[in-house]
Amino acid sequence: MGPPMGDFWGGGYAYAATAALLVIGLYAILVKRNLVKKLIGLNILQAAIILTWVATATKPDATVPVLESHSGEHLVEAADYLNPLPHTLMLTAIVVGVATTGVAFALLISIFRRYGTLDEGELLGEMRNGGG
Amino acid sequence: MTEHLPVLIPLVLLTAALASPLFGLIRHSWTYRITVAAVALDAGLTMWGLAEVIADGPMSYRLGGWVPPIGIEFVLDPLSAFFATVIAVVALVVLVGARALVAEELPEKEVPFFVAVLLMLTGFQGIVITGDLFNLFVFMEIGALAAYALVAVGERPSPVAAFRYLLIGATGASLYLLGLWFVYSLTGSLNMADVAAILPTVWDNPAMVIGLSLIVVGLGVKMAMFPMHGWLPDAYTQAPSAASALIAPIGTKVGAYALIRILFFVFGVRLVRDRLAVTDVVLWLSAVGIIYGSVMAIAQREMKRMLAYSSVAQVGYIGLGIGLANPVGLIGAVLHVVNHAFMKAALFVVAGNMRVKLGHTDIGRIDAAVQRAMPWTMAAFTVGALSMIGVPPTAGFFSKWYLASGAIDRGLWIMVLVILVSSLLNAVYFFRVLERAYLRSGDREEGTEAASGRNEARPVMLVPALLLAAGIVALGVFNAVLVNGVIDLIRPAGL
Repeated sequence: MGPPMGDFWGGGYAYAATAALLVIGLYAILVKRNLVKKLIGLNILQAAIILTWVATATKPDATVPVLESHSGEHLVEAADYLNPLPHTLMLTAIVVGVATTGVAFALLISIFRRYGTLDEGELLGEMRNGGG
Repeated sequence: MTEHLPVLIPLVLLTAALASPLFGLIRHSWTYRITVAAVALDAGLTMWGLAEVIADGPMSYRLGGWVPPIGIEFVLDPLSAFFATVIAVVALVVLVGARALVAEELPEKEVPFFVAVLLMLTGFQGIVITGDLFNLFVFMEIGALAAYALVAVGERPSPVAAFRYLLIGATGASLYLLGLWFVYSLTGSLNMADVAAILPTVWDNPAMVIGLSLIVVGLGVKMAMFPMHGWLPDAYTQAPSAASALIAPIGTKVGAYALIRILFFVFGVRLVRDRLAVTDVVLWLSAVGIIYGSVMAIAQREMKRMLAYSSVAQVGYIGLGIGLANPVGLIGAVLHVVNHAFMKAALFVVAGNMRVKLGHTDIGRIDAAVQRAMPWTMAAFTVGALSMIGVPPTAGFFSKWYLASGAIDRGLWIMVLVILVSSLLNAVYFFRVLERAYLRSGDREEGTEAASGRNEARPVMLVPALLLAAGIVALGVFNAVLVNGVIDLIRPAGL
């Protein structure tokens, strides 16, 4: 598996894109005042990291790592196949992300029912005024 | 049977977490009974595992029979066995009284509450047992998701606190995952032992420094290391009392475990201490966190909030021991993990009992009437408070002693000063409560409700507090046994 760092700028445009996504996600989490937008930011951040992992697995002219019966003729060349491990890991990470988003939505619904708003500033004000 | 111990420790809890809601459909109380039985079994297994590890050395378990480093490996070594035992034992003691607290604060929610507790403990035990870096991330999120749910069922603002906890926690976990990408790209492996063997060949690659930094920040969030502690005070304060008493003692400790494991056992002492000085960053941040948490605790008027800020400071002690990166400092850090788990559990159980009996935990409204009403509860609080301050022979004194000795070994006198000053600050905020409870006669003795009547918490709620208080004293008195017999075996290479 070729370390991707060598061709970071050479052929790795994907990493520039995922880095941009990462920054957008972090920005939304930190700066946006609406809690739903913060959650969207978290999802963008997770997507950026998942894409970064998956991008590592790609190589030019490689295919899915499934051995076909007629390929038994010659030795299996690792260079012909994608690295499947990042994909399987990221499937798990996606599941984790979905579960996190689900719990976050449940919390948001509960917050909205109690306070009638999802604006962080208004919520902090409400909590200070005797929400205690 | 013995060879399956590593996998059984999280699996028992996970199985119970899946089975107990089904039994809860038949009778609500069965969920609680299964929870306690599973955690008790787990405590037994962890102690057995600890004994085996001490006698025969580390144990490795291949999940699904796949050989590491390709397959996932569960490892029971002195460090993981010790942490697993602490988690199971403290959780078990707190759970004894948890049902009464839940019945008071969350009637009708008993079944989901204890299922979430089991899932959280599964995640924590998984973090401790796993020998795979990606597996660690998955268990971290299992534990965290359950913890978010437990925080969110508390007081009115608790979903807001839980959402902020989720946002910060999930961001931290994502940064850990990104850091892992750098590690995987450089080494091609995720098995901890395998990565540790390969990493020295790529020391000079700047990408590894970025990966290490991201991992430390991600775990720092989970551990609530200053300045990544922002989620902790609200979450611990707003959570229901039973959840605070379960999360506060062990929730941040698994973060500390992961930090110790990854810094010293994966990246290695020579890299994180001698070449990159990562441990020095941890050291100074922790020192600031100790002072900051203590000062903020003094400023609080509500007991659970005070205890939450005190947790920030106490996590700082653990970070301080890790940051010292010498044998005595590490002993101090690991000893403080178990000590603080007992202390914080005792104090949060007391706070929960006071909420149930008095209906509040405002420090300003505590006076001698409270002490007369709940003498045993206040006695447990006193033991916990003395240990937090570090009065011998309570446990807190000895971990601070090791930490101070470790600082002296490094010639870092300023860290000794930090420990001394923070002990004084601890004394300020705990004696404030003790002074009110023992010396201040009730201002409104006349015409108030049962100002002098006995109103002690029910035995089932009192027993955990007293057990934990007894544990604090026992840990202090027998600390040498623990240090020589167990903690001394935790020896990362090169330390």
